[in-house]
Amino acid sequence: MEIVDKLLNHSRLALSKAITAVENEYDDAVKIMTEIYPHTGNAYVIGITGPPGAGKSTLTDKLAKEYRKRGKTVGIVAIDPTSPYSGGAILGDRIRMMDLMADEGIFVRSMATRGSLGGLSQKAGDAVKLMDAYGMDVIIIETVGVGQSEVDIVKTADTTMVVVIPGMGDDIQAIKAGILEIGDLFTINKADREGTDKLNIEIEMMLELNPEHVGWRPPINRTIASKGEGIEAVVDSIEAHKAYLIDSGKLNDIRKKRIKNEVEAMLNDRVNRYIDKEVIQTQEFDDLVVKMQSREIEPYSVVDDIVGKVLK
Amino acid sequence: MANIKVLVAKPGLDGHDRGAKVVARALRDAGFEVIYTGIRLTPEQIAEAALQDDVQVVALSLLSGAHNTLFPKVVELLKEKGLNDVLVIGGGVIPDADIPGLKAAGIAEVFTPGTPTSKIVECINANVK
Repeated sequence: MEIVDKLLNHSRLALSKAITAVENEYDDAVKIMTEIYPHTGNAYVIGITGPPGAGKSTLTDKLAKEYRKRGKTVGIVAIDPTSPYSGGAILGDRIRMMDLMADEGIFVRSMATRGSLGGLSQKAGDAVKLMDAYGMDVIIIETVGVGQSEVDIVKTADTTMVVVIPGMGDDIQAIKAGILEIGDLFTINKADREGTDKLNIEIEMMLELNPEHVGWRPPINRTIASKGEGIEAVVDSIEAHKAYLIDSGKLNDIRKKRIKNEVEAMLNDRVNRYIDKEVIQTQEFDDLVVKMQSREIEPYSVVDDIVGKVLK
Repeated sequence: MANIKVLVAKPGLDGHDRGAKVVARALRDAGFEVIYTGIRLTPEQIAEAALQDDVQVVALSLLSGAHNTLFPKVVELLKEKGLNDVLVIGGGVIPDADIPGLKAAGIAEVFTPGTPTSKIVECINANVK
């Protein structure tokens, strides 16, 4: 395909158009991804998450610059939520990254969640693959750490960084949020604010309670992203985690698991669409609903019948 | 599921972003995906952001009087980057006398103070497939 050839020859326009094809599910999207797949698997993927206002975009901007200093090219997928009311979105991550626009070694793509059930992680994952095939060394996925689909996205990364800031409530908030468990490293941003030491201790204590961290203890870095302070140490920590994953053989496991999850999601998606089209959106199904409502039949055997037909 | 994507940007040395933010909000409420890029940008930054996000619309806001230079420059750079189908619209305190020149330079529509935001939404819906 022409667009794939152009993308592999470093056409930024082709990369952008290919991501659009995937995002909007254009007819050629599957063909693009099929042709691109052999060229993927080379980039190192970093997921960044945390609460709104933690400074993820600013930090991403600074990390990208630090990686550029170290000679790496950087792709960024910045995800912001779609309004459930209008279906529109304001994608504001790029505002922190505008001075990256002059650098050919960086490509930033904004994506809206569009309320898609699980579909987002697949689309973001495809955007990562396209940037990977284009030749980006490092790819950063940045998203607000609320909601399952957002967490799913960052979980697909090789290294996941959780960004927190002081003054967001007591330690119970941190525990119930459920995003702290997924961090391979922690960054306390806005670390010139009051409460930084306390937050540091709380994260330490939480890590003590987590038995999963055998072999790798998530480091806690402090940054003031707006001033560019502490950024080198964060990149050093990411690189240390990468080295750990490679040496321990875990990078292989993570990537195997990622493929498994991706294919599972693709299968689920395909089956869901099939059921929606062939079962749910039919007159026959509407008739069944009426019968269930009047209690002529019950849903359990209806489901059995349908599954029997679909999975024949 | 193809949503219309609009880049809202303020080129040049002008920090007055109230209008751009009101427009960004109105476009979001109309169901568009709005990439808000902020103030004091060069035409190059705007064109590159438009390329990377593959937007259908670039909405420029400018109140400093430099629109005759900066708006056409954005159009020119978009074309240079191969973005030939992007709808470029502009707004701000722009004298009526300048509007024909801007339109000739490729700015599809110019919205001056007092324009209801619904007019901008209509313009986008009418011009983007």
